[in-house]
Amino acid sequence: MTGVRRFVRQVRAEQRVYWRNGASAIFTFFLPIFFVVVLGLFGRNRKVDGEPYSSFFIPGMLGMAIVMTTFAGLAITLVIRRERGMLKRVRGTPLPPAVYLGALVASTAIVLALETIVVLALGDLAFDVPLPDHWYEVIALVVAGAASFAGLGIAVTRYVPSAEGSSAVVNAIYLPILFASGAFFPVDDLPAVVSVLADALPLTHLLDALRAVFIDGGVGRDELLGLIVVALWGCGGAVLALRTFRWEPRGG
Amino acid sequence: MDIAIQIRDLRKSYGPLEAVRGVTLEVARGEIFALLGPNGAGKTSIVEILEGYRGADAGEVRVLGMDPATGGTAYRERIGIVLQAGGVYPYMSVREVVALFAGWYAKPRPVDEVLAKVDLGDAADRRVRLLSGGQRRRLDVALALVGDPEVLFLDEPTTGFDPGARRAAWETIAGLAAGGTTIFLTTHYMEEAQALAQRVAVLRQGEIVATGHPSALGEPGRTQIRFASPTGVDAAALAVIAEGTLLASGDRLVFEVDDPTRSLHRLTGWAVEQQTTLEHLEVVRPSLEDVYLALTAEEA
Repeated sequence: MTGVRRFVRQVRAEQRVYWRNGASAIFTFFLPIFFVVVLGLFGRNRKVDGEPYSSFFIPGMLGMAIVMTTFAGLAITLVIRRERGMLKRVRGTPLPPAVYLGALVASTAIVLALETIVVLALGDLAFDVPLPDHWYEVIALVVAGAASFAGLGIAVTRYVPSAEGSSAVVNAIYLPILFASGAFFPVDDLPAVVSVLADALPLTHLLDALRAVFIDGGVGRDELLGLIVVALWGCGGAVLALRTFRWEPRGG
Repeated sequence: MDIAIQIRDLRKSYGPLEAVRGVTLEVARGEIFALLGPNGAGKTSIVEILEGYRGADAGEVRVLGMDPATGGTAYRERIGIVLQAGGVYPYMSVREVVALFAGWYAKPRPVDEVLAKVDLGDAADRRVRLLSGGQRRRLDVALALVGDPEVLFLDEPTTGFDPGARRAAWETIAGLAAGGTTIFLTTHYMEEAQALAQRVAVLRQGEIVATGHPSALGEPGRTQIRFASPTGVDAAALAVIAEGTLLASGDRLVFEVDDPTRSLHRLTGWAVEQQTTLEHLEVVRPSLEDVYLALTAEEA
């Protein structure tokens, strides 16, 4: 019981920290919402494969929200805390490391949940993309994607040496992935090399599955196979995170 | 003697660099102990092994009867750590951070009591990012104290402080020890060790070269008499008059003497007789700082 209370307290503290730091909240929470509005207005009367662009980009924006909050948000937050010696200080207290990290991940999940609701609501109310009948598949996919990208976000901290460069390095990793995986625009006519690379990335398959729910009414067999790629990346990230995560500044 | 910290033949290397080379020491409960040495002498390696951040390569370490490397959360309940550079959530208030940390311990001290102890009561509602450097450091101490530790580790607690802030920090630390907390601090200021510690170990290149009360570190050194060289006088002849050893000649003569009263009387008597003066006359006893510098000087 005390363990649960301590965890809840820790999640609440992380929430307070997240919303008070305007810059990070704008970057990870409001930027995807801003993109939804801009791309929604831009694509009003356009079509993709005979379907309205809006039903293409709303799933894309869900994918972007997942990557921004879990992968980029966790990675940047953890690198900054590590380099400032915040993680090292926590390690010197009786708070179990798993509770500390777990609370940060849980807090990130709360942010993503709110963001998912806003994106879905905007899609429904402003851009004529109603909530799919299989809405629970959307939730399941967001949860699976979040788990996968959270693992990758924690894993990548090992390779980011300094707080100053953390945003730049992390942006340089996920922005090309967002484009190559087709979060914003269809990527059917990419050079072969890029599309082979994109097929190996988890976001491509996550977006395929999300779009299948919105456009085809549910996840089919092909999409389920694609989700194996998402799971593999997530497991790889989690294993790497457990093995290489550092609590002390690298002083880079 | 009730032992709080016991280290026997501790060794630690980083690659080819031997940072700690066979250190043995004991700290009693309630004692303020200072590990003194220049940068790179191995102070931080030792204190971080005691704090449980890294393991030893060889030797035995016991703090409060526990092995810091395997003590886990039970060990961390009983110690407090002030790191050289430990960050804090910048967007929380002082009181929020201290209360958050208090919740991590089984038997924390009341938050307001801790804030008062480090003199942060007035800044309790200020955001951490708006604190001054000195206030930040006091918050560091508050966060280390909130779990009511039996042993408090302070790694160079006053580096970068102005003299006033340093004195205030010393008072806080001395007050904690008066309450029964064992304090293990590292410093490269002899003055700090002298002002605070009951016992000091001087570390040089990973080895302890002296231990004891700060004022009893090694030979205090013999008294020196120094003055400008009078013209046309043989320095060796003056050494005979001074009944001392000539350490330096040239423009300035330095004699080391055993009985400064007698030597000074003989020298000034000689000068008056010769109707000359001993310009820039000084009688000097080497300070602890000099002793410390001599102890930690790299061997030629």
